[in-house]
Amino acid sequence: MEYFLELILGGLTRGSIYALIALGYTMVYGIIELINFAHGEIYMIGAFTALIFTSVLTLLGFNEIAVIVLASLAAVIYSSAYGYTVEKIAYKPLRHASRLSPLIGAIGMSIFLQNYVLLAQTSDFLPFPNLIPEFEFIKPYRHIISSAEIVILITTSTAMILLTFLIKFTRTGKAMRATAQDRNMAMLVGVNVNRVISITFVIGSALAALGGVLIASHVGQINFYIGFVAGIKAFTAAVLGGIGSIPGAVLGALVLGLTESFATGYVSSDYEDVFAFGLLVLILIFKPAGILGRVRHQKI
Amino acid sequence: MNTILEVNDLSMDFGGLRALDHLDLNVVEGEIAAIIGPNGAGKTTFFNCITGICNPTEGEILISPPGKKRNKINGLKPNRITKKGMARTFQNIRLFSNMTVLENVMIGRHCRTSSGIVSAILRGRSTIKEEKDVVDFSYNILKKTGISHLVNEFAKNLPYGAQRRLEIARAMATEPFLLLLDEPAAGMNPQESRELDELITRIRDEDNISILMIEHDMKLVMSLSDRIFVMDYGRKIAQGTPSDIIKNPVVIKAYLGEDIDA
Amino acid sequence: MIKAREIKKSFLVSIWFMFLTFPIMVIRVNPIEKIVEWRWKNMLVVGIGSFLLSFVWRYMLKKKEAGEKRAETGESGKTFLIQRILEERRFYIPLVTGLTIIAVAFPFIFSMYQTSIMTTALMYIVLGLGLNIVVGLAGLLDLGYVAFYAVGAYSYALLNHHFGLGFWSVLPIGAVLGFIFGVLLGFPVLRLRGDYLAIVTLGFGEIIRLVLENWNEFSFGPSGIANIDRPGFFGIQFSLQAASIYLYFLMIGLVIFTIIVVNRLQNSRIGRAWIALREDETACQAMGIDKTRTKLRAFALGATWAGMVGVIFAAKTTFINPASFTFLESAMILSIVVLGGMGSILGVIIGALILILLPEYLRAFSDYRMLLFGAIMVIMMVFRPQGIIANIRRTYKFNE
Ligand SMILES: Nc1ncnc2c1ncn2[C@@H]1O[C@H](COP(=O)(O)OP(=O)(O)OP(=O)(O)O)[C@@H](O)[C@H]1O
Ligand SMILES: [Mg+2]
Repeated sequence: MEYFLELILGGLTRGSIYALIALGYTMVYGIIELINFAHGEIYMIGAFTALIFTSVLTLLGFNEIAVIVLASLAAVIYSSAYGYTVEKIAYKPLRHASRLSPLIGAIGMSIFLQNYVLLAQTSDFLPFPNLIPEFEFIKPYRHIISSAEIVILITTSTAMILLTFLIKFTRTGKAMRATAQDRNMAMLVGVNVNRVISITFVIGSALAALGGVLIASHVGQINFYIGFVAGIKAFTAAVLGGIGSIPGAVLGALVLGLTESFATGYVSSDYEDVFAFGLLVLILIFKPAGILGRVRHQKI
Repeated sequence: MNTILEVNDLSMDFGGLRALDHLDLNVVEGEIAAIIGPNGAGKTTFFNCITGICNPTEGEILISPPGKKRNKINGLKPNRITKKGMARTFQNIRLFSNMTVLENVMIGRHCRTSSGIVSAILRGRSTIKEEKDVVDFSYNILKKTGISHLVNEFAKNLPYGAQRRLEIARAMATEPFLLLLDEPAAGMNPQESRELDELITRIRDEDNISILMIEHDMKLVMSLSDRIFVMDYGRKIAQGTPSDIIKNPVVIKAYLGEDIDA
Repeated sequence: MIKAREIKKSFLVSIWFMFLTFPIMVIRVNPIEKIVEWRWKNMLVVGIGSFLLSFVWRYMLKKKEAGEKRAETGESGKTFLIQRILEERRFYIPLVTGLTIIAVAFPFIFSMYQTSIMTTALMYIVLGLGLNIVVGLAGLLDLGYVAFYAVGAYSYALLNHHFGLGFWSVLPIGAVLGFIFGVLLGFPVLRLRGDYLAIVTLGFGEIIRLVLENWNEFSFGPSGIANIDRPGFFGIQFSLQAASIYLYFLMIGLVIFTIIVVNRLQNSRIGRAWIALREDETACQAMGIDKTRTKLRAFALGATWAGMVGVIFAAKTTFINPASFTFLESAMILSIVVLGGMGSILGVIIGALILILLPEYLRAFSDYRMLLFGAIMVIMMVFRPQGIIANIRRTYKFNE
């Protein structure tokens, strides 16, 4: 029973991190119908930025709390800046191109960013400091849940609530929803579509960076390649929930996290990634609209 | 007179929207029939249903190709329906833009020819002959539709009127018994639509292809059609000869009335 | 004259990129030894580089926009020099003769090492042409192409290891297995929309690689299979040197065969159906083409070629393991097609030669190889999505 509980909590933790990344895929897809292949790399860059800033700030003698806050902030700022720039360079010039062109561009961008970090930093795994302190009150339950897991769950729920608020109640959120519905119509009623797209990329990237920091400090090591697998998994989550749907992404991510947790817990951990890829393939074949997605009729 | 297309009680829902509402309609051999109706009446949706692009919610669609048995085509894939002899054009032109004009028409021959990968690689005598026949057949259709001078142009570089003609040519290449034209005159100037009038008549008379067309250009509809169906809100509100339709008060109210007000 | 406004723009771009690349390019940390290395020089390089590149970037964007305007007003663009050369027999015949002489003499003039590199390049030409059927002609973005390559390589390695089967008997088996896998994987996924198809094929590719990595009893896991036989010739085994020349000519033969096949296909009933499908699926179906079958044919044929080259790859390296079949390999083949020109045979050949030979001969490039591939995909899509050499369609003459 306790093992079961441990697996559930582990699954929810994983899932909530996937959700942070999946939101970026789903938001971008909702607005410009593009699978932003480079999104996983944005997350990876977030993790690297956090690692670099942590090391530098620690050496400069900042205290622990300041290091955590400043490094996370730096990760969020830099990832957003990368997300913004990637959109401006690789996607904006392709607004009216055929569907495959932006996707190929996105794949290229992903490979480019991976190798950029590889060349400028290192190909080795770097140890990532555990930023999250051990809480006293958690001690008796340590075999079931760790402090890191609690922090992750709380941070992701907060981020999700803020995002929902932003999309439901602010002007920007309204503009985003309008653009997702019908880009031309939104433009006609005076929405600055280019700005909305940029904002979407920035928000998605910021969430991914948050995910990057959390997962890196939870797992304890990073390298330039972590974005690829995490990206595919988050994308799986987004599709599972119904791509374009924000609650769908969260739901899909939690389902994926739990599936993985149970599959590795009860079956075998060798095939951990195979489960995720297998799930992806199965959903796309049997239910491409996902759990919460609507089937969009294409008008002929 | 043989009925070649018979549609009974056809309905189509998109989510909550009822785009077609218990529609009955038939086309007899050798006629030019027209469907008219205000924007959003469900005309294109009707075409989509009978060509297999949409799956109707209710109703049945039957065809009786000349000289063949009557059969039901509900649920068949679009390519099967085309092979059975109904071909269409699209309201929003859907040509293969990066292929030449001739190749666009040659695509229409696909379902009437048979060579596969292996014969394409080996390129035996029968394949070469088939290919030559396809080219000649397609070129003839281009001549008939009056765009043979554009044969090697990319479809995307054609002027608008020629693109509409190419849509018709491509559909004709499939050798249909019934040609479905979705707003063939849209965007044409009066001169071009007069020429289109001639073309459609010729297709019916010389090639023995019956025609069902959706059209907003009233002059064209009145001069061409043997019968007219009027649709509004997914329903058929009237049918008859052009002179009947002009006099029909329901039609005047629902459709022509709007035009006069505007 | 460059206006002051332009300079200001580029200046801002340069500041932005210096900010952006600051943590990754300037700082390098070693968390184990707690050392931080500051590389301020990189910042300078980024600053100056992005300042200059931003002029080029804007200039090219403007040029492209002007080009689009011209296309809209109906003026047809100028045909390429190479295109014209290929059309005229006067140029065409000496060109082909020259190429033949170079191709035949190559392994006897250059070292074994050079020959081996050239053989690799030829393999990528064939892989590129195979993927070109799927991506370029039929418009199906297949990101798991390398899976079929792995199928071919492993079928030779395993059949050779367990049953001692020779290269020539496995070559057709590899092709057939590639075909079968293509049909099996293609059948369920080909009704998916373009971008989903890309992801599913990526997923399949990764699954196959992960299975090869983990299923030790079957594939010997990450350590792979060694001592695979080199190809023989009716039972004769060659010396290393002779074998590499033999493989070279084998690849030349395969390249020629592939060119003929693809060239015949693209102007055939099936090839036209592929292109039509790429252009507009709905219209294509409405014209009587069976969508699923046509896609499946392209997919399976592409897979057949990958399977064949896979067998040759195993025979050439005599050692394979799953690390040769990662997603990056698929991406590399894709960038060959993208750079060369989707749907264009000549383009793919040039693309493969550039992308495979350049990093080999310019040592400075070899570290930056994947960076270059990524950048090429982005730049080509932004500025020249049709590739270096755009696909040309056959024209027909009628006398009347
Ligand atoms: N794929 C679809 N999904 C959802 N609604 C659709 C779809 N296709 C058509 N509709 C709706 O069905 C109704 C009928 O549309 P349809 O295109 O058939 O009209 P139409 O008579 O052809 O009009 P027009 O003269 O403008 O071409 C419209 O309200 C339209 O919005
Ligand atoms: Mg319509």
